[in-house]
Amino acid sequence: MKTDISATARQAWMSLLAQANEAELASLWRGFDHDPAFDWLRPPEAGGVMVRGRMGGAGAAFNLGEMTVTRCALTLTDGTVGHAYVQGRSKPKAEIAAKVDALMQTQVANDLRQAVLEPLQQAQQSRKEARAAKAAATKVEFFTMVRGED
Amino acid sequence: MYVAVKGGERAIDNAHAWLAEERRGDTNVAELSLAQIREQMSLAVNRVMAEGSLYDPDLAALAIKQSRGDLIEAIFLIRAYRTTLPRFGYTQAVDTGAMACDRRISATFKDAPGGQVLGPTFDYTHRLLDFKLAADGEVPQAPIAEPRLEATPHITEFLQGEDIIEREPASDVTPGDLTREPMSFPAGRAVRLQSLARGDEGFILGMAYSTQRGYARNHAFVGELRIGKVPVEMEIPELGFAIEIGEVELTECETVNQFKGSKTVPPQFTRGYGLVFGQSERKSIAMALVDRALRWEELGEDNLGAAAQDEEFVLSHCDNIQATGFLEHIKLPHYVDFQSELELVRKLRREAQELADQMAAQEAAE
Repeated sequence: MKTDISATARQAWMSLLAQANEAELASLWRGFDHDPAFDWLRPPEAGGVMVRGRMGGAGAAFNLGEMTVTRCALTLTDGTVGHAYVQGRSKPKAEIAAKVDALMQTQVANDLRQAVLEPLQQAQQSRKEARAAKAAATKVEFFTMVRGED
Repeated sequence: MYVAVKGGERAIDNAHAWLAEERRGDTNVAELSLAQIREQMSLAVNRVMAEGSLYDPDLAALAIKQSRGDLIEAIFLIRAYRTTLPRFGYTQAVDTGAMACDRRISATFKDAPGGQVLGPTFDYTHRLLDFKLAADGEVPQAPIAEPRLEATPHITEFLQGEDIIEREPASDVTPGDLTREPMSFPAGRAVRLQSLARGDEGFILGMAYSTQRGYARNHAFVGELRIGKVPVEMEIPELGFAIEIGEVELTECETVNQFKGSKTVPPQFTRGYGLVFGQSERKSIAMALVDRALRWEELGEDNLGAAAQDEEFVLSHCDNIQATGFLEHIKLPHYVDFQSELELVRKLRREAQELADQMAAQEAAE
């Protein structure tokens, strides 16, 4: 059964799933232990998207180069549709992401959030902080040498 | 002229079998895994992604393994693979201001907000071979400090406050895409940047160096160099909203260049821009210098006839796959071409000899 969800919430979990580490996502998904029956609306397909940048970081757009993305769409037996666009070429990762997207629109959303999305978010956040902490340690602390008596 | 030649099949098959064996090398030495290449040859992986113009570290690692470490061959493999991928769309322009910076330095402002963050750099190393790496060794943990979690502002923003640097007006004009339409000249800055971003690092480095040595000198300062990850957002048509579809590591370089001003513009600083996939510092600085040199016309500067100012020259020769394709094809059989050249030279020589003989006969007669 479907529940009301906001586009913002959905954007957030789809974004999280897109960038998830595949092994981590797969293991959390197995831990959730609820693999729903589904039909493919669009089976997983690997493709490319053209990444854009801006001149000077702020000006007019230009095409920088492509990245690989895998997408798919599926429907659960109750008709809920799940979509996935995930980085890389892994079809299993896209399939899990689409199932999570679908189930997050159903009554199991809270359990799923706790079992999969939150740990995923924490893992991602702690990796990010670990890098930021190493970067911070390489920040230059300038000091001025005072020479002479006065 | 091309004529099909038969008979090489067995030789080619055997050559490829030997290639596979040579690629593997001594089987007493452990085989490289893709993960090892991805993790430990990461700057080679970055170069293959940048010039292959496809961000996918695992594919780049595979290409490096397959090409026995010949990076241009690896880039070739990636470019060929890229053409087989359906194009799902174009992303929104990445916001490099929101980058989680591993490294961020400025050669122009010592006390830039956000600070000078060196990151995992080769700078200040002594460039002495480290024989410890020849033996297996545990790496000590890198020190940590209180992480900065807010975004680091771009240096040029501070100059803009004073209005002493040219502005980059934001625009949502759809940029040209050289993977979709063949390049034509003038190409415009958007296509130039796309071409430079995937251009050969060595070529662009050489072009940039030529501007520093005086061919279209534009005296660049590295206003800012930053390396780190940025999320990539794309509008998903079937959903009607944008999501982050992934994250890419980028190197961005902004140069600040002297500019005397023109009839319409007061003296101010101008900008060059480099943006490259992965940690590709040399390439992004070089790209920014070449970008700036190519902007001479729009900035009302003189054409000094320098190679780095010549858009057609730079863009037509910076692609190492086009270049190597044309260069290396001359080693393939040209038997018929050469046969006709041979006939021609023999004929010319015969005629020259006959002429000489006639002259000699005439002289003898006189």
